[in-house]
Formats: sequence, C-alpha cells, structure tokens
Amino acid sequence: MATSPAPTRAGPVLRRDTEHRMLGGVCAGLARHIGIDPIIVRVAFVAAATAGGVGVAVYLLAWVFLPAGDAPATPVWLRTSRGTIEIAVGIAFLALSVLLTFRAFGLLFSDVIVWPLVLVAAGAALLWRQWLGGGAPGGTVARAPERAAAGGDAAAARAGTASVPATRPTLPAAPVTPADRAALVSRTSLGVALVIAAGIAFLSATGSLSAARDVVLSVLVVAVVLAVIFFPWVLRLVRSLTEERAERIRSQERAEMAAHLHDSVLQTLALVQQRSDDPRAVAALARRQERELRAWLSRRAPAAGDPPQLAAALETAASEVERDHGVAVEVVAVGDADLDPPGEALVAAAREAMVNAAKFGGDSTVDVYAEALDGEIQVFVRDRGPGFRPDDLPADRRGVRESIVGRMARHGGRAEIHSAPGAGTEVELTLPRSPP
Amino acid sequence: MTPIPAAPRVLIVDDHQLFRAGVRSELEGRVDIAGDAATVEDAVREIASLIPDVVLLDVHMPDGGGVEVIRRAAAQGDPPRFLALSVSDAAEDVIGLIRAGARGYVTKTISPDELADAIRRVAEGDAVFSPRLAGFVLDAFAARPDAPVADPELDQLTNREREVLRLLARGYAYKEIAKELFISIKTVETHVSNVLRKLQMSNRYELSRWAADRRLV
Repeated sequence: MATSPAPTRAGPVLRRDTEHRMLGGVCAGLARHIGIDPIIVRVAFVAAATAGGVGVAVYLLAWVFLPAGDAPATPVWLRTSRGTIEIAVGIAFLALSVLLTFRAFGLLFSDVIVWPLVLVAAGAALLWRQWLGGGAPGGTVARAPERAAAGGDAAAARAGTASVPATRPTLPAAPVTPADRAALVSRTSLGVALVIAAGIAFLSATGSLSAARDVVLSVLVVAVVLAVIFFPWVLRLVRSLTEERAERIRSQERAEMAAHLHDSVLQTLALVQQRSDDPRAVAALARRQERELRAWLSRRAPAAGDPPQLAAALETAASEVERDHGVAVEVVAVGDADLDPPGEALVAAAREAMVNAAKFGGDSTVDVYAEALDGEIQVFVRDRGPGFRPDDLPADRRGVRESIVGRMARHGGRAEIHSAPGAGTEVELTLPRSPP
Repeated sequence: MTPIPAAPRVLIVDDHQLFRAGVRSELEGRVDIAGDAATVEDAVREIASLIPDVVLLDVHMPDGGGVEVIRRAAAQGDPPRFLALSVSDAAEDVIGLIRAGARGYVTKTISPDELADAIRRVAEGDAVFSPRLAGFVLDAFAARPDAPVADPELDQLTNREREVLRLLARGYAYKEIAKELFISIKTVETHVSNVLRKLQMSNRYELSRWAADRRLV
C-alpha cells in the first residue's frame, strides 16, 4: 500500500481467455491477468453470485466488454499511481467539505446523501485512478469526484464506475513484483468496497434496500433469460471475431514475409541465374543470402538504440569479408560484450585477420571463434591454407604487424599468430575485458 | 591394426527430394546407403525394416520432424544412431535434437568428405559436434555464478572437456585437437562423448529453454 516509485512500464491488456474458459473466459482471463489460479476467481464469482447476484451481473458486463483472445496486447503506457490512497482520502475530504458547505447553506443535502457521496468519491478516486492511470494526475483525479458528485445518486455513481472499463478496457500495467500486484489488488478491492458500501448505506438510509434487492433480482432473472437465449449466438459472434482477428494478424505476417522474400531471396536467385557461369560468385551470393536470411529468421537484428554488441560486429565483418573475397567465414560466438573502443579495435583486428585468411588461406573455410567470458575476450581466426613460418614474415607486411599486432597492443591486448607450413594459420587475439 | 569395419548402412530422412538425391550421390561409394524416407511415418517404418546403422535426419519435417522420428524409433526398441543433418543452425533446433538423442549435429553446408567422416564416427558410437554446436554447448554451460548447480557431475564441464570444445569451436579436427592437447584421438573422442552425455542428461539452466531463449536474443 506504500507509495511506490513510479516507473513507466507497458502491460498486457485484460482479456478474456477463450482458450481456458468455462463460460466466457472472464475468470480465466482475469486470473491470467493478475497471475493467480482461475479456480480462485471462479469461486469468488460464484460466491458473489449467490450473495445478491452481483457476481452474475459483473460477469455478464465483463463478458460483454472485455475483448477476447490472446492477440498480442498493445502496450499501454501507464504511470503507476503514486500515493493513490492519499489522493483518494484527499478527495473524500474535499467532497465532504463541499457537501457540508452546501448543507450549511441549507441546500438539499441531507446526511442520507452526504456520507454515501463521500464514500463514492473516495472509492471512485481509487478505482478510476487505477484504470485511467495514464492521464495527468490532476486531470484524471479531478474528474472522478466531479462525476461522482454530479451523479447525486449512489446507484448512478456505481453504474458510472462499472462502465469505466467499457470505455477504456485496460487495467493498470501488470505489476511485475508480487508486492506490486498485492498493492494493486488491495487498492482495487478497497475502492470497490467503498463504492458498494456507499450504495448500501444510501439504500438502507432511505429504507429502500429490500426494494433494490427486488429490482436486482428481477434484472438478474431477465439477464439470465437473455443469456440463455442468446448464448449460442454471442458465442459464435465472439468466436468469429477472434478468428477474424487471428486471420488478419496471419495475413499481415504473410505479407511482411512475402515482401522480405521478394527483396532478398528472389533477388539473389535472379542474380544466381544470371551469373551461373561463375561458380565462385554464385557461392558467394548464396552464402551472403543465407547469412542474411538466418539473421532475419532468428531476428538477431539489434533493436535501434541497443548498444552495439561484439558478436554482431564480428558477424558484420565476416559477411563483408565473405562478400569481398568470396570465401566462407563461419562465426561462432560464446557470450557477448558491449562494443567499447577497445572492442572495436578487436573487431578491426579480427577483420584484418579474416581478410588475410581469405586471401592466403586458399579456398578453405575461415573459422572465427569469439569467446567473451571470465574477464577477457578472445577471438580466434583460423584458416586451413598453406600456412607459413611466422619468423619469415616479411617486414613490409603491414597488415599483420600494424593492423593486427600493433592495434591490439595499443588497446591493452595482444595478438599471437600460430602457423606452420601445411598446418594452416590461426590468429589469436586477446583483450582484457573492461569492468562493466 | 583393427580390421576395417564394413561401411555403415545409412538411411537418409529428409522431406526434400532434391536434397535426398544430392546426399545420396555425394555419399555413394563412401557409405552403404540402405534407403531414404521422406516423412516421419516412412522413416519409422524403414528404420524397423532396413535396420540401418546410422540415420541421417532432417530437423524440420511435417508431423513432428526429426525429434518425432527419434522418439518413435526409440519406442520401437533398439534404435539406430542418429546424425542430425540440417540447414538450421538455430540453438533450439540443435539442442532439441541432441536432447532427443541424436549423436551429432552437422549443417547441410558440410563437405561430402566431412559428412562421410561424421557418419563413420557416429556409427562407431562417437559423437559429432560442429563448431557451432560446440559454441552453443560452451555458452549453455558457461560458468554463471548466480545459477545453482544441481548435479556437479552432470551440470559442469571439466576443464579438459572445455578445452576440447573450444578447439572444436575454433574449427579444429579431432586429430588436430589431439595434437594440440598432447592426447590421443581416442581420448578426444571420449571427452566429446562425455560432453554429449552431459548435454543429453543435464538439467543445467534447463537447456531446452536456454536454446529457445537464444532465438529471441
């Protein structure tokens, strides 16, 4: 119940869970939303139904107004209410003072109305702030007592609160921690209790409680009769709506995939047909397309704004070398690291090593293995070419001396070259990992 | 010198006719190709009737794919050895097949020589790791201080196994690993088989979930 800090977060929209439903999926959906066993919610609804039929009415309303299915929820950005309780209490006092002022002037407010209205104001402030949490604190909260007071009648105010989910069928962001969730549930139930208490207080004060019960009962009977009659129809409607939504999502995905395949795979296939006399070019095209398609399939493409990562940078370097030199470069990465300036130098050195391997390693595949574990980053670039004696390396091979060994040394790392004639070449790059 | 064993009998399971024909023509003469199958149903029946030594198994097929073939062949009793041969190198596919019981995983870009070699190795009871699979295993078993270890015997790699895997991931062949670590090829094979066993039995990080998560990274 404490005032929690106000992080912004997105949460799922409350939906009926039609997959696990007993009736309309209201209980299952609600249980999934707040993360408890559906049986608890079901028992609560049944209990509420026996106690005056409230449960049935709420259930039917929820059935009508809650969207079905588990289509991906559109994220709703909500501010977790801070000091909801304090605000509710403040509004209650505000309403009380306003009403008492009116009464002091002898206007038509008797105690019969004053206390229920104060309770409704507090309860509505609690509930509406939960549901409409996205608005500015002042605006949202200010509207609540206004409308509740303007209603002038507890029953109308209760209907007003009940219809809020209809106009905006979103609950506050799903709480992340159990404590958050508990706070949300207790705030909501406190608000509901306040509003119901207000209604009962008003009715009993005016002596019409039993009459109201009769009305509720008759409404209930009508609702049940209608529900029985229209049940199959509503069911079919809901089902077809759900199916239609799913179908729309599917066709969107299909269109997106078709667009992608057209831009990438079909283009490449056309190029392959044109250049079918050049096996090397065809292989390079196929490799590049394969790499691109794999990245797309596993959606490894980094989101904009993410810090660039070492493994992704190595993949990019590898695909460039592959494209420029027509040699397959396999990258295997274990662990990952943010790409800081020394990391960029490491990638540049690795790229140079890949270029050398592609140039001098014959047609063999170049294996790149990167490991970002245990306080250091290591990259191995290996080819199975003819190899050479490192001591024989001519002094003018700037690529190796400057771009690999020198570059690593300047950034606090080191480079070692293992090679022997006939055994291929392996360049080992080591960079101490900067503390996070 | 041990006598040269007879070429292993191989069943090719893949739903792409073109690919089956390609593998068949590449492997012709290197191994004994017993037959091929295009569906899970056919594969299970052929395994029972042809009794191959090694099944070259595609991962993605209708009706459950490679995992389903392994499961039903095991239910039949006395299953052959499975070598997964797939175009997919997604962690969830690779780890999923290995966890189901495959003795190795290679991608379809493998050269015919390497493929024939991998088949022989699997037929002899050894495990076959591609560099990428070795990378996945290292990643999944990487020392993470926050993760509790339920069974150290299964949930951790020994230093030697880790070294062998790193060399595999770096593209070393068994022979080169043996030379690099001054051990025999037989010892390398033992290490790799132990890693495979751990991969199949360990609960560490709920490996399948680890693999599934990897696709979302």
